[in-house]
Amino acid sequence: MAKVKHESRWYPLESGESVLDGLLRQGVSVPHSCRAGACQSCLMKAVGGAVPQAAQVGLKETLVAQGYFLACTCRPPEGTELEVAGAEALRVPARISSLSFLAPDVLRVRLVTDAPFDYRAGQYVSLVREDGLARSYSLASLPREDALELHVRVIPGGAMSGWLAAEAPLDQRVFLQGPAGSCFYVAGRPDQPLLLAGTGTGLAPLYGIVRDALEAGHTGPIWLFHGARTPAGLYLRDELRQLADRHPQLRYRPGVLAGGTRDIAEGPLDALIRAECPKPVGWRAWLCGDPQLVLSLRKKLFLAGLSLKDLHADSFLPSTPQVGASPAAAGAR
Amino acid sequence: MSTAGVAKSVYEQIGGEPAMAAAVEVFYRKVLADDRISHFFEDVDMERQAAKQKAFLTMVTGGPSSYSGRDMRAGHAHLVKLGLNDMHFDAVVGHLKETLEELNVPAPLVQRVLTIAEGARADVLNR
Repeated sequence: MAKVKHESRWYPLESGESVLDGLLRQGVSVPHSCRAGACQSCLMKAVGGAVPQAAQVGLKETLVAQGYFLACTCRPPEGTELEVAGAEALRVPARISSLSFLAPDVLRVRLVTDAPFDYRAGQYVSLVREDGLARSYSLASLPREDALELHVRVIPGGAMSGWLAAEAPLDQRVFLQGPAGSCFYVAGRPDQPLLLAGTGTGLAPLYGIVRDALEAGHTGPIWLFHGARTPAGLYLRDELRQLADRHPQLRYRPGVLAGGTRDIAEGPLDALIRAECPKPVGWRAWLCGDPQLVLSLRKKLFLAGLSLKDLHADSFLPSTPQVGASPAAAGAR
Repeated sequence: MSTAGVAKSVYEQIGGEPAMAAAVEVFYRKVLADDRISHFFEDVDMERQAAKQKAFLTMVTGGPSSYSGRDMRAGHAHLVKLGLNDMHFDAVVGHLKETLEELNVPAPLVQRVLTIAEGARADVLNR
């Protein structure tokens, strides 16, 4: 049996059980969201004992060196005695500076941190409420901008999104943890064609990346595809049109499954991309949003000639409800 | 026993690790596009799958490899249960041959690689 010490008490783990599941099962509150090793909301620190390498996959080297690990992917072998602490030390206090709807179900949340917050446009953060509720969201802002910007899809009954949409007051104190993720623009090949594709709030990181690339002086063609079910879901349309007017290398292509117009293509996003970018050999691509679409687009673009090292995929995984908790507690990035 | 020419592996002769990195993308595209075998190579984590295939290419070109026959058996046992057979093995070997030819690997070296691959057939198919 493995056991975990948290705040001076030992908790036994069942065979093969993760640290997150074991602590939650025994009533310890641990911030968490995706439970798949992606969102990093359940970051913890090992203060005694060794954690399996698998629990540190995807973490920054500086965090690994300090003993941080993901509780959801940490399954200590039999006999392990692990002492853990929360990642409170890494949390940055912030306050909500503005809340506005960009679409009927997309809320723009702007946050201001007390201290400077270092990140790359397109990365994601965990937003942690004072009571520990955590969800991860992509950053739509640029580091040079005063406020951090998140695009939150408002889900009926969503714990975090529902609170933000209906209850959270301006100036509300929250915490940020992160940033994480490798979905960002890298300068150095200014003429390389770029392909950015996202569905729903998958536009958030792309909105950061496309502006980052343009400000870095990217001269090669940049294709930005944004998909939604209906035109109502295509938010920031005017801003993106204006951006494309100012930068002729940017081609903005909104698409919907139903209700297309003269300016909005109708049909599956992958078909739209294939028609406009039939041979993306040597391109760089970022794919964000619905996991199924991201995975299928990734495969199609690879088969069409894009190299794996130039393909950045960021699936927005829904948060998984705690065992025994109401399904309404689920939320998503 | 061996002459200097034979002692040098195909892996070294065609350029080592960088050549494998180039070959794996060509090879992976071929197996993914082949409906007969693509289901054996579908993986949500494409990087992990590419890494496995790079290890395979490194092994069959005689590069540094830690695969044992037992590893090959254990690694493919679940696929044999799903119906992995000679037809699939032949298809993979065909893509391997085409990949090396596209990368302009000389015919005698391609033949050596195919011989090594053939030697893995019994282990892969768990016979």
